[in-house]
Amino acid sequence: MAFFIETMLGGLMTGMLYSLVALGFVLIFKASGVFNFAQGAMVLVAALAMARFSEWSNAALGGDSLFLANVIGIVGAGAVMFVVAWAVERFVLRKLVNQEGATLLMVTLGIAYVLEGLGQTFFGSEIYSIDVGMPKDPVIMFEGLFEGGVLINKEDFIAAALAAVLVAGLTVFFQKTAIGRALRAVADDHQAAQSVGIPLNKTWVIVWCVAGLVALVAGIIWGSKMGVQFSLVTVALRALPVVILGGLTSVPGAIVGGLIIGVGEKLSEVYLGPYVGGGIEIWFAYVMALIVLLFRPQGLFGEKIINRV
Amino acid sequence: MKFRNLALAAAIASVGLSSAVFSTAAQAQAQDQFFPVLVYRTGAYAANGNPWANGYVDYLKPINAQGGINGVKLTYEECEFGYATDRGVECYERLKGKNATLFQSLSTGVTFALTDKATVDKIPLITAGYGRSESQDGSVFTWNFPLLGSYWVGADVAIQHIGKQEGGLDKLKGKKIALVYHDSPFGKEPIPLLQERAKMHGFELQLLPVAHPGVEQKATWLQIRRDRPDHVLLWGWGVMNSTAIKEAQATGYPREKMLGIWWAGAEPDVKDVGAGAKGYSALTLQHGAEPNSKVVKDMLAMVHDKGQGTGPKEEVGSVLYMRGLISAMLGVEGVRQAQERYGKGKVMTGEQVRWGLENLNLDQGKLDAMGFAGVMRPVQTSCTDHMGSSWVRVHTWDGSKWAFSSDWYQADDKVLRPMVLEAASKYAAEKNLQRRTAEQCAQ
Repeated sequence: MAFFIETMLGGLMTGMLYSLVALGFVLIFKASGVFNFAQGAMVLVAALAMARFSEWSNAALGGDSLFLANVIGIVGAGAVMFVVAWAVERFVLRKLVNQEGATLLMVTLGIAYVLEGLGQTFFGSEIYSIDVGMPKDPVIMFEGLFEGGVLINKEDFIAAALAAVLVAGLTVFFQKTAIGRALRAVADDHQAAQSVGIPLNKTWVIVWCVAGLVALVAGIIWGSKMGVQFSLVTVALRALPVVILGGLTSVPGAIVGGLIIGVGEKLSEVYLGPYVGGGIEIWFAYVMALIVLLFRPQGLFGEKIINRV
Repeated sequence: MKFRNLALAAAIASVGLSSAVFSTAAQAQAQDQFFPVLVYRTGAYAANGNPWANGYVDYLKPINAQGGINGVKLTYEECEFGYATDRGVECYERLKGKNATLFQSLSTGVTFALTDKATVDKIPLITAGYGRSESQDGSVFTWNFPLLGSYWVGADVAIQHIGKQEGGLDKLKGKKIALVYHDSPFGKEPIPLLQERAKMHGFELQLLPVAHPGVEQKATWLQIRRDRPDHVLLWGWGVMNSTAIKEAQATGYPREKMLGIWWAGAEPDVKDVGAGAKGYSALTLQHGAEPNSKVVKDMLAMVHDKGQGTGPKEEVGSVLYMRGLISAMLGVEGVRQAQERYGKGKVMTGEQVRWGLENLNLDQGKLDAMGFAGVMRPVQTSCTDHMGSSWVRVHTWDGSKWAFSSDWYQADDKVLRPMVLEAASKYAAEKNLQRRTAEQCAQ
């Protein structure tokens, strides 16, 4: 029983981190109708910028103040993500107003390659560390209830809590603020939003900045967990079944989808894996998402889109 | 419009210029020995691929500066394949047309894909520390050279080392050993040897595959926490290794009970984990980090101090830099040996290089003279033994650097040899191949 609880908790905490990355997809899709394939590359660039600015400033400060170095790292990485958002709007999206969704999707693929290449060119392709003081050792709880207790990974727990706070904040931002409503209006119809005075260009910069912020938080958390390196890009791929399952247009969907995928893949690996040779958690997440698609093509929480023809 | 015309003119000019450069390279190829270099400097495995590639290319530079191999200059060209088998095969196809006379595929998956092709093309494949374990049998695998050691060597020594830690191989009875492996041909390669050893000594072998690239291993390590294996063997590459060590820390599994293969025992695998990896050990492909060796001092003096270093100066002498450097040295010495028979100062063909590789005799005197004293033990190949050596040491991460923690081990030929022969015979039967005879070997 303790092992089942451990697996469940591990899955929930991992799922929360998937939700965080999935949120980046959902935000940009809700605000611009673009499925942003560059989200993984944004996570990589944000984490690289954070790690390198922090490392350089720590060296410049004589290695005395990790806290100050991290603050400089976060500010520097935030500035980089702002420049990315501005450049994407100025040089890419502005030229593509009212284009087909498929065109915009392909454009984000191109943005992903450019970001991956430029990020590694500027900041390097080695493994870098982010040390924000996350605890690495586990804690054992409920030893009185279960033999051996239940293991909780403190780092995962704190990361999941941070992700939950950010997700909650963004939900409020989207649902309750004027900017959030403007973003949703732009997503529904570019031209209609412009006709009622919503500045399209500014809105896009804002939403890419918010997605950049989400990428930065995800980059710091994942970078702290697994080191800052190219593989962070693949973290975004782990979030794809989450958005398929939760629905591309739903912030709550990203959260619930993340939790379901997180728990589902861990339980499947532990309990089904041994019967089929193991190593199934990655593709099993897609199987779960596909099963949902069979019955609810818009995902669990997505909007049902009906086009008149 | 003016800019567009200018850009067009520049593009045409650059195409013309590059044609001129390529034709010069093509002309040069007739007199030069061409070394194709398959690398992965980008992608999920770049952090490990870069130092290997830098060491490989660095080694070739002073050879040329000193006049080449008996006067034959070396040319080389990198091909980026991102550790993807399909792209590795593409690189092979592209570079073999440039008079490639040996390949180092740097991937077990690519080696499997190229084994049949290389036979047709008559190009030797050097797979130092990776590739097909049964390809040690040179009478069947006539073009494969798993020099210095195969994964069966690694697996065999790993069990010997664990046995020693437990107080003898007989003490392994009833123990549980988990293999956490990259779910790929590379990761699966040691399984037959480990199963054989498990039968011999009565330990239980638990197999735990990890999907590429290995960034998510929580479920794997929760199973390890539940099943409490006595030892964990880590057969990973790239980010999988550091993730595994971090998950071991996060689930409280002692790093002292973990032992990695030589591809899971380099600086990129532990640097990011730091003190959390303290006590973690890995096998070495003879060498470890060798910052004080003569060959490293030579590289610094002859390459980096002249501003010709391929990568950062700080990485010279690191584990994977040394692996690349030694791999290049083996190729160079294969060509040099071939020249001894087929003519000094001549460019060798693939078949001639194969003869050189299966008649390598790098004794300790030669190795010491080349600067490898304390780094390597002798390598002697033959027509039937394409591996030439099976020496392994163990090194341990002390929180800031790797340090050797064992004496030399050698794979047990009584275990290895029957398995190699059986697997090679099976391959020969599948492909309808005849073993080379003693007469054919002598040719």
